[in-house]
Amino acid sequence: MNDDDIRTGVLATLRRIAPEVEADELLGDRALRDQVDLDSMDWLNVIVGLHQRFGVDIPEADYAGLVSLDAIVAYLARRLAA
Amino acid sequence: MTDFRLPSLGADMDEGTLLEWRVAPGQAVKKGDIVAVVDTSKAAIDVEVWVDGTVRELLTKVGEKIPVGTVMARLLVPGEQVVEIPPAPVAPAVRVVRAAAPATLPLAAPAESGPAARRPVSPAARRRAVELGVPLTGLAGTGAGGAVTLADVEHADVERAALRSVAASVPPAVDRAVDRAAEMRKVIAAAMARSKREIPHYYLAEPVPMRAALGWLRAHNESQPVTQRLLPAVLLIKAVALALHEVPEMNGTFIDGGFRPSAAAHVGVAISLRRGGLIAPALHDVGDKPLPQLMAELGDLVQRARAGSLRSSELADPTVTVTNLGDQGVEAVHGVIYPPQVALVGFGRIGERAWVEAGRIVALPMVTASLAADHRVSDGHRGALFLARVRELLQRPQDL
Repeated sequence: MNDDDIRTGVLATLRRIAPEVEADELLGDRALRDQVDLDSMDWLNVIVGLHQRFGVDIPEADYAGLVSLDAIVAYLARRLAA
Repeated sequence: MTDFRLPSLGADMDEGTLLEWRVAPGQAVKKGDIVAVVDTSKAAIDVEVWVDGTVRELLTKVGEKIPVGTVMARLLVPGEQVVEIPPAPVAPAVRVVRAAAPATLPLAAPAESGPAARRPVSPAARRRAVELGVPLTGLAGTGAGGAVTLADVEHADVERAALRSVAASVPPAVDRAVDRAAEMRKVIAAAMARSKREIPHYYLAEPVPMRAALGWLRAHNESQPVTQRLLPAVLLIKAVALALHEVPEMNGTFIDGGFRPSAAAHVGVAISLRRGGLIAPALHDVGDKPLPQLMAELGDLVQRARAGSLRSSELADPTVTVTNLGDQGVEAVHGVIYPPQVALVGFGRIGERAWVEAGRIVALPMVTASLAADHRVSDGHRGALFLARVRELLQRPQDL
C-alpha cells in the first residue's frame, strides 16, 4: 500500500465521521481539528475506523502525534511497514 | 381498549409528521416496541409503545402532522377481545369491548383530567387571553392550584407565534436541510426562551482536579483494544449521576407547579448535530451501569443522534442534562436548563492549569464543573454540595 492509497483510506474514514469533509479543501500539513469539526467522540471513531480499515491498533499515547492528515498518513505508513 | 398517543418528545418538540407505521392492525406489541417513525424538526424519532397489547386500528395517516398527545392508534390490552355485533336494521354498527379484568392502563401521555375539571383562571389572564386570542382550554396553569396566570397566557401566545412562524417558514420544495435548520433554531429558541422566562436559574462553578481520573483512564485504556477505550466524558457523566443520588433536588422535572424528583438518573447528553443545532437524548439509569456499558451506550447514542434516529423514550425522559462543551475548547459553561428539568451540569475543557497543592503551585489537569439549577426547587447551598460531591467522586475513579 503506497502513501496515496493510505491517504485515500484515511479520507474515506474521515468522511464517514464528518460527511462534510471535502478532500481537496483539506490542507494536509495543517491541524485536522482546526479544519474539521471533530469532538473527542468523533476522534475516537476516526481511530476505530482506521483500526478497522488498516488493521493498526493505535495506542492512546500516539494520538498526540496524529495532528494533521500528512502526519496520520506517515504514521500509518510506518506502522504498516513494520 | 386503550389509546396510543404521540408521546412527549421533549420541551422543544411538540409536533411530528408520521413517516411510517411499523405495525399493522392485529399485530401484538410489547412495551418498548417501536410502532411508528415520526419526523420532527430535530430528528426522525422511533416511537415506542408503553403497554403490551394488540393493535386494533391505526388512526394517523402517513404524512400527517400531529401534535404531541394525539391519539395515533387504538390497542387492545391483554385479555380484552372485541365482539362485533352485526348491524341491526336501524342502529349503526356497534363494537363492544369487553375487558377480562378492570385494568389500569399506563399511558404514554398523561391521562386527561375529568371532563368537569375546570381550572381557575385569573381575571388578568382571562382578559389577556381574549386580547391575544389564546384559547384557555388545554392551557397549562402554573399558578396556585393549577390556576392559569397572566404569564401562562403570554407564554402560550409566544409559543403559538413561534409555531406559526415555523409553519410559515417552511415553503414547499425548497432545500429541506435549510428548512430543518431554521425550524430547529426556532424550536430551540422557544424552549430556551421558556426556560429563561419560567426558571429562576442560579449558577455555580467548581474547579475539579482531574489527575486521578485521567491517570486511571490512561492505565485502563492502555490495556484495552481501541474499540473498548473510554472517554473522560463517561467518567464525568457517571460522577454526575452518582452525585444526583445524594442530592436529589437536581434530578427530576418541574411540572404543574411542583417538583417531581426522579429515583433514576436519566442523563440527557447534549449532542451537537453536524448540520447545526443540538439535541439532548437520555442515557438511562446511568448510576447503575458500569463504565464500559455507559461508553458503548454513549457512542451509540451520539451516532444515532447525528444520524437522526432516536427513540421517543430517549427524548421524553431525561431528568437532568450534562453538556460537555469543553470538547470544543471553552473553559466553563453557564447553562440554560432544559425544561421541565431543574438542572444542567456543564464541563469545560480538561487542560493543565496552575493549582495550589499543599502550599505549592503545581500544574494539574483540571476541569471546571458548573451547575445551572432551579431556585424553585433548590438553593445554592444544595447546589454547592452537589458540585463538591462531583469533585470528590472524580478523585476516586476506580469506584465509579
